[in-house]
Amino acid sequence: MRRLAGFIANASGWLSRRLGRGGGTTLPGVVLLKLRPHALAEYAADLHHGSILVSATNGKTTTTRLLAAATRVAGYHVVTNTEGSNLERGIAAALLKGANGAEVGLFEVDEAALTSVAASTQPQVVVLMNLFRDQLDRYGELETLVDKWRDLLDDLAAQHEPPMLVLNADDPNIAALGRDRDNVVWFGVDDTSHAVAHLAHAADATMCRNCGAPLEHTVVLVGHLGHWHCPNCDATRPSPTISATQIALTPSGQHITVRYPTNAGPPITMTIDSPLPGLHNSYNIVAAFAASWAIAARTQRPQDVDAVARVIAETKPAFGRGEIISIDDKRIQLLLAKNPTGVNQNVRTLLNSPGELHVLVLLNDRTADGQDVSWIWDVDWEPLRPRLASLTLGGDRAWDLALRFQYGGFDMDKIKVAPDPSNALDIALNDTLPGQTLHALPTYTAMIDLRRVLTQRGYTAAYWSDE
Amino acid sequence: MNAAYTVRLCHLYPEMMNIYADRGNIAVFRQRLAWRDIALEITEIGLGDIVDPGQHDLYYLGGGQDRDQNLVAKDLAANAATLQAAADAGAAQLYVCGGIQLAGHQYVTADGTSLPGLGILDLVTEAGATRLIGDLVIDATIEGTTQRVVGYENHAGRTRLGASCVPLGRVVSGHGNDGESGNEGAVLNHVIGTYLHGPLLPKNPWLADLLLGWALEHRYGQDVALRPLEDAVEARAHTAAIGRAGVRR
Repeated sequence: MRRLAGFIANASGWLSRRLGRGGGTTLPGVVLLKLRPHALAEYAADLHHGSILVSATNGKTTTTRLLAAATRVAGYHVVTNTEGSNLERGIAAALLKGANGAEVGLFEVDEAALTSVAASTQPQVVVLMNLFRDQLDRYGELETLVDKWRDLLDDLAAQHEPPMLVLNADDPNIAALGRDRDNVVWFGVDDTSHAVAHLAHAADATMCRNCGAPLEHTVVLVGHLGHWHCPNCDATRPSPTISATQIALTPSGQHITVRYPTNAGPPITMTIDSPLPGLHNSYNIVAAFAASWAIAARTQRPQDVDAVARVIAETKPAFGRGEIISIDDKRIQLLLAKNPTGVNQNVRTLLNSPGELHVLVLLNDRTADGQDVSWIWDVDWEPLRPRLASLTLGGDRAWDLALRFQYGGFDMDKIKVAPDPSNALDIALNDTLPGQTLHALPTYTAMIDLRRVLTQRGYTAAYWSDE
Repeated sequence: MNAAYTVRLCHLYPEMMNIYADRGNIAVFRQRLAWRDIALEITEIGLGDIVDPGQHDLYYLGGGQDRDQNLVAKDLAANAATLQAAADAGAAQLYVCGGIQLAGHQYVTADGTSLPGLGILDLVTEAGATRLIGDLVIDATIEGTTQRVVGYENHAGRTRLGASCVPLGRVVSGHGNDGESGNEGAVLNHVIGTYLHGPLLPKNPWLADLLLGWALEHRYGQDVALRPLEDAVEARAHTAAIGRAGVRR
C-alpha cells in the first residue's frame, strides 16, 4: 500500500508539470500525506543515518544548502528539500523523490512546523540558529515559539537516542534552549569588529529566560545576536566550540576564518572565500561547519575537513539570497526581504557596496509574505538615505512602502511608485546606468513575480516553487 | 527649526510595547508636526518610571507580547492617577492593540488571571480561545465626522464597552473589538483606543491630525490651526489597503 501511495503521489507531480500548473515539487507530498498520514515517519525510518533538521527565522535555506554540499562531499547519500517547501508536505515530497538508497535526510523546517516534523522524523541532529520577530499574523509571538521549541527539546531528550543539538550561542533565546542539556554543539561569531552600537529597534530576546532580568549585550552583531550575559544570574553566552574568529566583508561576499575542533589535539583554523554577502551569512557558514562536525561525530565517520571547507566556499547564494543576474550591461542583485532583521542585514550589505545605490523594493501581502505589512516600519531604512540615487517601489502594497519612506524623511523626488512588478522593474532598470547594479529587495511572492518577469525576458532559468 | 509651538508626547513603555510597528505612529506625529513647523518633544517612560503630572499633551501606548504586557500592566498602576488626570484635563491619548486592553478596567487572561487596567476607558477585555487576525476596515465617527479607517488587527482579547464610552467606529470588514458586536475601538473625550495597527496613523492622517489638534488645544487653547497637508501618498495607500481588504469603495 505504501508503494501504491507513493506511485499515485509521484504521478500527481508529473501530471501537474504536464498540465503546466507549475512546480509539482510539493504536490506529491500533499497527495502522499493525504493517502498515508504517517508517510513522513515511514520514509524517514528508512534513512540509515536518520534525519537532520535545520530551523531558524533567517538563514535556514542557505545553511541547509551549505550543509547539503558538506554532507555530500563527506560521502553521504543525502535527500534534501532545498528546492521545495519547508513544511511537512515539502519534506514528504523530498523523501518520496529521494527515498531510494538515501542514508541521510537533511531538511530545512519552518519554525512553526518543527515540532510535528521532529515527532515524525526522530532527528539525529537538530540545528537551531535564531528566532526573530517575523510574520506575527502567521507565527504569533516570538516567546510562544521559543516555549514550543523548549517543549520539543524536552520531548526529544526523553527519546531512546536524543539528537545532537547544534545551537547558536549568540542568540540568548536559542542559548537558553540548550541550558543544562547534554549533546550540545555551540556555534557563534567571536570576531567583534563588525559590532553595531545598539540592539536593533524592537529587538526581541532582551530578557533573561532563566530569571527574567534585562540582559546585557557587550557586543551586538545581527539584531539581538551577539555577546550577552545576564547581570542577575549565571546565564551567559556559551563559549562556542565552532566559531568565526575573523570576518572581512566584501561587496561580493566574505573572507571568513573558522575555528574548528579536532578529535585529538588543539582546534584548527580555516579561512575560506565565500560568495555569500553579509554578517548574517557568516552565521550560516559557521552553523554549517558546526552541523557538519556534529553529523560526523554522530555517524562516527571520519571527515575530510578541507573538502568540507572547499564545498562550503563554493556554495553560491540560494534563490534570491544575494544571487546576481546579468541584464545586458547591468546587473540585478536579488535580496529576499522577509522580516525586519533580514532587511536590516540587506541594508548593511547595500551600504557595503561602493558608489551610489539604485534600489527596488517590492512589497506583497499574500499568505507567504505575511498579510500584515506593518513590519516595514521596524526596518531601519534610514541609513540608505544619503546613498540613494534612485528608489523604485512596487508590489501589492507599494503605497505602504511609499509612506514608510516619506515619513522616514526620504527625498520623494527620487522615489517612483509602480505596483506592477514588471513596470517597477522597467523603471528601476531605466534609472540604473550601464555597469551599475540594481539591488532588488522583494518579499517572497514578489520575488517569485520578479523572477517570472526576468524569466519571460530570458534572463534566468525557470524556477518552480509552490510555496 | 525654530518652532513657535511644541507638542509634548509621553510615549509609554516603547521598549516593551512595540510589537506592531508602533514607531510608525510616532514618526507620523513627528513629521506631520514638522511639516507645520511645530516641534515634538518625546518623553519615553520605561518600567519603574513615574510620569510627570500635567507635563504632556499627547500620550501613546502600543501593543506588546503577553509577557511584556503583563509586566507593563503591573507597572502602570503607579501612573494610573496621572494618566487619568491628564485625560480629564483634555490631553490626547492613543491606546493601540495591547494599549486599549490596558486602558480599560481589566484584562482577564486565558488562564483566568485578572490584570487591572488604567480604567480610563470604560471597557473590559477577556482573552478568547482564538486570535482575531486580518485586515480591518471601519467607519469611524468622532465629533460628528465619519471617515473610513483601515488597518490590520491581531488580538486574542474580546473587548466589551461599558455605558460611558462609545466605539471608535463600526466594522465594515474584519472582526473589531469582539468579532460579534460590530464595534471597533473606543472613544471618550480625547482618548482613543483601537485594535487597528498597520501602523494606524500613516494611512489614516485624519486621525493623526485629530489627535495632534487635541494635543495643541491642550497646550495652547483653541487658537493653533493645523495647516492642511496634501496627503496624496496617504490617500493612495489608504485606497490600496481598503482594496486589498476586499472592500469596495
